[in-house]
Amino acid sequence: MNLAVEDIRHNVGRFALTATGIGLLLMLVLGMGGIYGGLVHEATLLIDRLDADLWVVQHATRGPFAEISRVPASLAPRLEAVPGVASARRFVFHTVQRERAGAPWRFSVMGLDWPGDRGEALPLIAGRPLAQARFEFIADRALGLPLGEQVRLGKDTYTVVGLTRGMTSSSGDPMTFFSLRDAQAVQFDLPGEALRLERAARQARTAAVDLGRQQPALLERAGRPAAAIPVLGPPTVSAVLITVAPGTDVAALAKTIGGWPDVSVYTRGEQRDLLLLGNVDRARRQLGLFRAILVFVSAIIMALIIYTLTLDKAHDIAMLKLIGARNRVIVGLILQQALVLGAVGSGIASVLGQWIFPVFPRLVLVTGTDRVLLAGIVLVISVAASGLGIWKALRIQPNIVLA
Amino acid sequence: MNAAAPIAPDHDLAARVEDLTKIYGSGNTEVVAVKNASFTVARGEVVALLGPSGSGKSTLLTAVGLINPATSGRIAIAGQPVMDGPRALVDLRAFRRHHLGFVFQKANLIPFLTARQNVQVALEINDVAPREARTRAEELLAYLGLGDRLDNLPYMLSGGQQQRVAIARALANRPGLVLADEPTAALDGRLGRQVMDLFRKVAHEQRAGIIVVTHDHRALDVFDRVFEMEDGLLRAHAA
Ligand SMILES: Nc1ncnc2c1ncn2[C@@H]1O[C@H](COP(=O)(O)OP(=O)(O)OP(=O)(O)O)[C@@H](O)[C@H]1O
Ligand SMILES: [Mg+2]
Repeated sequence: MNLAVEDIRHNVGRFALTATGIGLLLMLVLGMGGIYGGLVHEATLLIDRLDADLWVVQHATRGPFAEISRVPASLAPRLEAVPGVASARRFVFHTVQRERAGAPWRFSVMGLDWPGDRGEALPLIAGRPLAQARFEFIADRALGLPLGEQVRLGKDTYTVVGLTRGMTSSSGDPMTFFSLRDAQAVQFDLPGEALRLERAARQARTAAVDLGRQQPALLERAGRPAAAIPVLGPPTVSAVLITVAPGTDVAALAKTIGGWPDVSVYTRGEQRDLLLLGNVDRARRQLGLFRAILVFVSAIIMALIIYTLTLDKAHDIAMLKLIGARNRVIVGLILQQALVLGAVGSGIASVLGQWIFPVFPRLVLVTGTDRVLLAGIVLVISVAASGLGIWKALRIQPNIVLA
Repeated sequence: MNAAAPIAPDHDLAARVEDLTKIYGSGNTEVVAVKNASFTVARGEVVALLGPSGSGKSTLLTAVGLINPATSGRIAIAGQPVMDGPRALVDLRAFRRHHLGFVFQKANLIPFLTARQNVQVALEINDVAPREARTRAEELLAYLGLGDRLDNLPYMLSGGQQQRVAIARALANRPGLVLADEPTAALDGRLGRQVMDLFRKVAHEQRAGIIVVTHDHRALDVFDRVFEMEDGLLRAHAA
């Protein structure tokens, strides 16, 4: 006969309620770990998916995920000429926040280097990759757009042709994939009036210098679209991604390109670390601290619950001592109840979490390691929490039975 | 005045008490609950302890039961010195487990254990194997008329039934000394009689000494001797 089990059996409702409370707390502990896991997963998802060997970014910047990086689009053909580079893709990335149906609507835009990249490598769950150079895009389903939906961004209307699952940017926003040109159109979209002002200013600047005054054709050109002006060049991209040819020494290649004075180069691993150290590290520490506090609070609450359960049984414990029960019987009673509460609580946490975490606004990624860690934490706090109850129980005098 | 002890060698004694005094409190709240009590209880002997309320009966019983240490005096149980004044000479809990059985005015059953389990627990903490403990608990309870109440929790039992479970628990380990404080107060005449018969039987078969506090002067014939207490002083009569 096990006293702890018998006590629980005859007070099932009360124990269930207590275990549920502890379970909810432990679910938060688990969730904190899961939120961190999700953060890391989302932060590195894109980098892993893009599968580039080298990231070439604006000189002395840390790349497009950390800060603004601008390199000329012509960097790609320059890089392709370097021995060992199999392909160089232009990479455009920015985040858009608009309003849709009265609510803020955020997503990240990535440009695919059409026609080389039409999004075939993306994890499509419906639809197809891009089939034309413009006005089509692929969206993550988290954005909530159905296939065929038309969206107006800037001056153009784009159609959803494909859906992905689980593609989010490092900030947790759903991803969209446009052709590079469309991505830039969305990024550099200016209202007509701004364009007119810009062109007028350009014209005025040209007119103010002798070259403009002597060359009426130049003056006229200055008032036309920027793309038509050779000296202004095409808009910039965020970075260029390099895939190296098989058998190439990536480090040596990185060193060569890194020697160019206008760019900085990172390997995929370095880009990953930059992201984790930059965006994620603070969040990690924040969550870690919060998790530690939650564990502490859980332990205290559990200790108080065990203590109360022990006080409720003070008379019975005294009676057990009176008829000669060893301390180990009494310690066992309390410790086992603490462990049962902890075990049932973490079971509830696990099940409840599976249910609730998916509806969290950001990915909550609970791994097997997280569950093992939780079990360890629960074991430690159950034992620690029963300390107070045991301390009390060992001080109960058998003669209180007589009172 | 001290109770005259029958002449018997120590190993034939269930308990020997010498010069036991118990003082509660101090200064002007001081109460001398037991004054210089000396007596012995032989194995196989059933003794009644009578006296008015507040005369010190429960105090004496719990002091001898190693629950409530005396202020001074010596106690030997089953031939072994166990207390010297308030000082324990043995591991009291182990000693209680092996040698003593208690019945109190209240049944003091463990509320989350069934009648059978309440008896069983006393056996199991004394290292009796669970299966054997179960059988012995059932036998005892059946003898006390609770064969059909084995799986009831204490709250489902009447006061008298609870008290019988407590008696079964006290006797389960076949103690050498049973201390019962008004065990039959909650029982009707027939059941009270039956409990006393059980005590007699236990005393006889297990060679146990039994001290029973009682108020029932009509049923004194079942006792071998009668102790009377008044204001902390103990006197003995032959039954
Ligand atoms: N814990 C205690 N602290 C102080 N005084 C006590 C304590 N327990 C008992 N007493 C006092 O000791 C005296 C003897 O009490 P005890 O309980 O032994 O009497 P009793 O003979 O068992 O009475 P009853 O028949 O009512 O049970 C009483 O005066 C009582 O007030
Ligand atoms: Mg009393």
